Formats: sequence, structure tokens, C-alpha cells
Amino acid sequence: MAAALLHGVGSTTPLSSVNYNNSRRSLPERKRASFLIQCYGSLLPGSKIGINRAAKLSTNAVTTKQDNVTASTTSKPGHELLLFEALREGLEEEMERDPRVCVMGEDVGHYGGSYKVTKGLADKYGDLRVLDTPIAENSFTGMGIGAAMTGLRPIVEGMNMGFLLLAFNQISNNCGMLHYTSGGQFEIPIVIRGPGGVGRQLGAEHSQRLESYFQSIPGIQMVACSTPYNAKGLMKAAIRSDNPVILFEHVLLYNLKERVPDEEYVLNLEEAEMVRMGEHVTILTYSRMRYHVMQAAKTLVNKGYDPEVIDIRSLKPFDLHTIGNSVKKTHRVVIVEECMRTGGIGASLTASINEHFHDYLDAPIVCLSSQDVPTPYAGTLEDWTVVQPAQIVATVEQLCQ
Amino acid sequence: MACSATAKIIHNPLMLSSSRSAEKYESCCKISGPTSLLGSKFLGKKLLSAKSAISPASRRSGAVVAVSSDVVKEKKLKSSSSAASNLLITKEEGLVLYEDMYLGRAFEDMCAQMYYRGKMFGFVHLYNGQEAVSTGFIKLLKQEDCVVSTYRDHVHSLSKGVPARQVMSELFGKTTGCCRGQGGSMHMFSKEHNVLGGFAFIGEGIPVATGAAFTSKYKREVLKENCDEVTLAFFGDGTCNNGQFFECLNMASLWKLPIVFVVENNLWAIGMSHLRSTSDPQIWKKGPAFGMPGVHVDGMDVLKVREVAQEAIGRARRGEGPTLVECETYRFRGHSLADPDELRDPAEKAHYATRDPITALKKYLFENNLANEAELKAIDKKIDEIIEDSVEFADASPVPARNQLLENVFADPRGFGIGPDGKYRCEDPKFTEGTAQV
Repeated sequence: MAAALLHGVGSTTPLSSVNYNNSRRSLPERKRASFLIQCYGSLLPGSKIGINRAAKLSTNAVTTKQDNVTASTTSKPGHELLLFEALREGLEEEMERDPRVCVMGEDVGHYGGSYKVTKGLADKYGDLRVLDTPIAENSFTGMGIGAAMTGLRPIVEGMNMGFLLLAFNQISNNCGMLHYTSGGQFEIPIVIRGPGGVGRQLGAEHSQRLESYFQSIPGIQMVACSTPYNAKGLMKAAIRSDNPVILFEHVLLYNLKERVPDEEYVLNLEEAEMVRMGEHVTILTYSRMRYHVMQAAKTLVNKGYDPEVIDIRSLKPFDLHTIGNSVKKTHRVVIVEECMRTGGIGASLTASINEHFHDYLDAPIVCLSSQDVPTPYAGTLEDWTVVQPAQIVATVEQLCQ
Repeated sequence: MACSATAKIIHNPLMLSSSRSAEKYESCCKISGPTSLLGSKFLGKKLLSAKSAISPASRRSGAVVAVSSDVVKEKKLKSSSSAASNLLITKEEGLVLYEDMYLGRAFEDMCAQMYYRGKMFGFVHLYNGQEAVSTGFIKLLKQEDCVVSTYRDHVHSLSKGVPARQVMSELFGKTTGCCRGQGGSMHMFSKEHNVLGGFAFIGEGIPVATGAAFTSKYKREVLKENCDEVTLAFFGDGTCNNGQFFECLNMASLWKLPIVFVVENNLWAIGMSHLRSTSDPQIWKKGPAFGMPGVHVDGMDVLKVREVAQEAIGRARRGEGPTLVECETYRFRGHSLADPDELRDPAEKAHYATRDPITALKKYLFENNLANEAELKAIDKKIDEIIEDSVEFADASPVPARNQLLENVFADPRGFGIGPDGKYRCEDPKFTEGTAQV
């Protein structure tokens, strides 16, 4: 919640410009349930969430402590959750709500999930609803797709996103395509989720970022969560969506703690999240890099810069409205991502921004991505493959000259 | 128990190494445990008699030994002593089977014609010769049961009930096709008739079929619905060397899913002979390795296939788990219409041409006084008219308009995202015209 509250620097920003309310989102002819609250923590007029608050946001990626931010809204105080608990809570709420929602994956049942996201669910819902599968990613992902086609709403968990490379055949050929090739007859409301990203010396194969590989597949949506608040909201949205959604989690973020609302909320899959408003430069990021960016933002603010930080959340499709508005305001863009340089999300985003907002740019877009290197085991080398806050600070300084 | 004359299951028509001992075969074929119900019915004594009839194979395609359809012969012996109750099918059933097989054959022949006339393009894989498998199995299903096929899926769709008009239109790429022209020959889908595709890569459909069977079990056990839907997965001999096949055999057997894995072993995967690509060419044996019965049946005889199918589908419906059925069959044409089909031995082709399943059924119907020439000719005529009509319909149907381009990419088109103006891309009028850049 603290992260989501960081809108509005000063009271001059009218609420409407960051208004994420429902009306223009919902399509009148669609019968979808309208989402409840877009961004919890909508600003109260006069609330002074200033720069310093933003700067104090916790920056360590594996932090468990958060700023003791008292709720700045008038609704209930909410409850504290770790990110994996938030995912579980979202999952459980959806399983409670719709008996067709089921989970399948390796060690999701009796073991409770390798990252404890499904802990306790098998006891509650049984071995068929929370299915422990054999180690056959391609086939059980395909099985999930077949189940989705025939009426269930499965969530397929990859123990590590990298394992889903084995399921690429099913994800690309079936998950993405079958709705189209069947002429719209079969829907595939599947959610494929799992942790990815560079962890702590996990080695190359366990440190993969698959968002770049999957992004070209037509017919799927991709979202990346970064806080307990958006993790729960995106999980619920993904489950309720009739499209196949791939939800990217990050190994190092599972123990983040945040206060989430008590009441039910579902986020919008296609929207980006404004983390910190600013004037000088737009920094676009997602997943773990959000925290590196916020750490860099602290330094930048102390040096007198005013970065605007947006967590794009929706990796496919991009929320060009939020991003566009930001670019139109600041005229400078830095993309910070953990994906590889070549063909990554940043590369696509750069192309997209250039295409749509070229006239508004005062400088070329800078994209900071991980090196095109298989993630080394050694800690020092590993640190150098991903983008570090110091690099971000240096880049922004150079860009803003 | 359906009838007195059980289908003769020849378990090693592809006998390669004559070094295999008789005992080894016996033990291989006997399946222990509750699944032996199926095994014991068809095995045992039959096996011994079958083995003696088989001559050692030669190296290439001549390895396939004559697997004769003995059903007709057996009938002749018994007909003198018993009444019509000895027959495997009634007249109505016989006519249904005949009509379905003839529909499949006539349709595929028409496809070939249309392809060479330039009405359809791409890869078209025809089913000529294999009709007994499709008819034998699918005619036993209910509408709610699911069928999953491969790229050789026209006849599976027709047998399941998809109108010929819709299939032909789909092949022509017209908007009235079962998939609005978006799927094509290799992707036949029908929600109404529960045809779950139509897959271009081999093995891809097997997990999907496993998923459909999983849904059936889920509905029964979690949702507490009265569900006994069965799924049939059709695939070829080449697929049986693919990982997805084995992974799904394991999962289906593990969870006792209501699925039947039907292998249409036509001995050739494009130009790769089954014997050259498989260490143990007897596919039915792979079933018991995963704890399910493996049955081998003569796939050129629709009655034998039907009997085996009855048992296998019955097993699945009762919740006893999956079955692996290997149907030894043959495709009269090449792998696809683009395949010059030069590798297969003409003698092999000629041999199987004499075992045409439609001719065999016709003979059976005549010899058992289930139908006469006139009735079958009437069916032929009716089917020919249906096919003609389907071509006319497809010809007259419109091609998809541009606005169809983006429509079915997402079930929820908000998945195209939010454009720079703040509106969803799918609200853009250009989107419905199909000209939007997304």
C-alpha cells in the first residue's frame, strides 16, 4: 500500500489526471464484472505525500520491513501480508468464489508450493483441485489448456519460470493460438505463473527471465507483480480474465511485506502503476528492478532530480496511456529492466514509445537491461549482470544534463 | 458381453525378430491387475493361433504380414447354426457405420479434387483407408464426449457430427467454416460437437485430450456433477516416440482419467517407416508399462475396432481408467496432398487396397443379409449429394472480411491493451475494421 500511495507530489496535481476510475475502462457491451478498486489509496485532497515519503520507501529487494505508513484513507486499516501470502490470499479467494478454479503444478499440493504460495490449499480443497503433477511441464501445461477449453479455470504453476521453457510448445501453439484457430469457439482462461528472475546465486538456468521469450506470442497477456498489493490484485484479475495470462513473479520478492486492504479488490491487467510522480524524467520498470529504481530515486532526489517512476506491470500489452502521459510531461525516458538486452521487454517498449511519442522526446530513450550473459554463479559477477542503482543514477544524471 | 465372436487381436503383425520366444509374447500380453479384464478377453488362446500364422518379416515395408479380417469367415461358419443374434451389429448400426465410412471416403476424395483445382491450399492430409478407426470409435460416443485429433482430422470431425458443409467451408477458407476460416485443414474445432482440434504438431493434442479427460473427472469428483464424459485422443505411430505421449500415458493412468488413447498406426510417418524409427514397434506394449491395458486391433475392420472401442470406452466411463488401443491401419494416399509417396512399396499398397474397410463392411452386410445392394447405393447417392452440396455451399460462402482479422485473438479483447488516448485498443473503430495496428 505504501508503494501505491505515492501519487501526487504536492496538491497541485489534479486528481483527475491520475484518476484510475472505472468508467472509461469498462466497455458497455461487454458483460465482464467491473473491477472494484483500481488503485487503493486514492488520494485525499490535501494529503501531502511528498518527496521525502517517496524517498523513504524501502529499497532493499528482500526487505521484510516497511515504513510504518499509517493508512491515509478512511477505509479499514487492512492487514499485513508477505507477497507470497498475498498471492495465496488472492488465489484462495478466487478458489472460494468459483469452484472451477484449480491449481496444477509440481509440489503445489502436499508440499504447499516451493515458495509456499499454495500452502494449505490442498488440505482445504483436496488433491484434485490442487493437483500435484509429475515432472512433465509440457504435458501438464497442455493438460491445463485442455481443461481450460472444457470449462475449468486452471492455474499452472511453474516451479521456476525457466522450467516453462519446456512448456513453450504448449504455451505458444495452444495457449496463445487456440482461441483464434478455433474461430473463437474455445476460450482458454488459464493462468500460468511462477517465479523467475535473477535470485541469489541460483545459477544460469534458474535465473532466467522468460518475459522476453513469451512476449511475441500472440493471444496471451503478460503481467508482472512487484508488491503484495499488486500481486494479490493481479492474481485475482488474471484468474478472472478469460484470456490466457502469464503472471511473472520474482524469486527475491516473495518476502516483501505490505499492508493490503481487507476488502476485496481486483486490479486491472492492462494498467501500469504510478509509483512516484515527478517532472524530470520517466523511469519505466517492472518487478524487482522497481526497488533498484526506488533506491536510485532516493539518491537522485537528494541530488535535486525529480524522477517519475512507473511500474509498467503489464508487460504485454503496454499501457501506453500512462506511459504516454508521463513521456509527454517529462520528455525523457529511462527503462530499467532485468530482462536481457536483446529482444527484451525494454527493447519492445523502446520501439513502442518511439513509435507513438517520438515528438515528445528530448533525448533518445535509454534502456538499462541485464547483460546478454548467462547469469553467473559468482556473487560479484551476478551483481554486474543486473542493473544496479548506481547505474541508474548515473544514467539519469547524464540524461538530464 | 456384446457377441460370441470376439475380435481377433493379432498382437505381432510386425514381427521383426523371430528370436522372440513364445513365452515372452504371452507374458507381455497378459496384463496383471484389474486391467486384465480387457487383456484376458482378447488374448489367451487367440494369441497362440495368431502367432503361428505369422511369417517372419522382411526388412522393409513387406514386413507387414497379412492380417486378414477373419470376422467374415468366422461368421460364415457359425451362421448355419445360430440366428442373427450372433452378429456383431444390427442392420441399423451397420447402415450407420457404412454411411459414416462412405462419407469419410467421399469427402476426402472430393478434397483431393478441390485441392488440385486450387480451391484449397497448404497442407491437406487425407484419411483414405483409415475410416474404420474413426467410425469404429466415434460412432460409439455421445455428443458430450470429446475427440482430439491431429492434422488428419477431417474425418474425425465428420464422424463426430460436424456438418460436411462446415468442414468444406473451413477447407476453402470461408467465413462459414467451422473455425470461421481461421483454422484450416489442420485445425478443425467444434464446440457444439466437442471436437477439440485439429493440431499441426504431432503429440500436441494429447495433453489437451488429457486435460479434457481431467475436466470430466473434476466435474464428477469436485463439482459433484453426473459426468461420465469420455475423451478420445487420436494420433499416429510417429507420435508414439514423442515425449508428450509418454508423459500423458503416465498422468492418465496415474489419475485414472476417462480417456482412450487411439493409435492409428499406418506404419508411416511421412516417409519414415515405423520400423525404422521405433526401437520396439509394438505400440500396444507401451500401455502396460504405464499401468493401463494395451490392445492391438486390426484397424481395417470396423467391427473389430468397434468391439475394442466399446470395451475401452466402457472402461473409461466406469472410471476404470485409460486404455491404449493400437489400430493397425493404412493410408491409401500419401501423407499429404503434397507428398509424392514414392517410398512406400507398391506391393504393400496393393495388399492393403484389397483390405479396404468399406468393401469389407459391405461384404459383411451382404453376406449376413443385413442390407442389400439397393440400400447401400441409396446411401452412396445420399452422401454424394451431401458432398456436392457442401462444395457448392463452400464455393458460395463469403471469404472472411477484414474486420475478422483481430476479432478472435483474445476472448477478452481488452487484452490488446490501452492505447495512447486512454481508450482500450479494441474500442478503436479501426479495430473492428481490422486495420488497427495492435
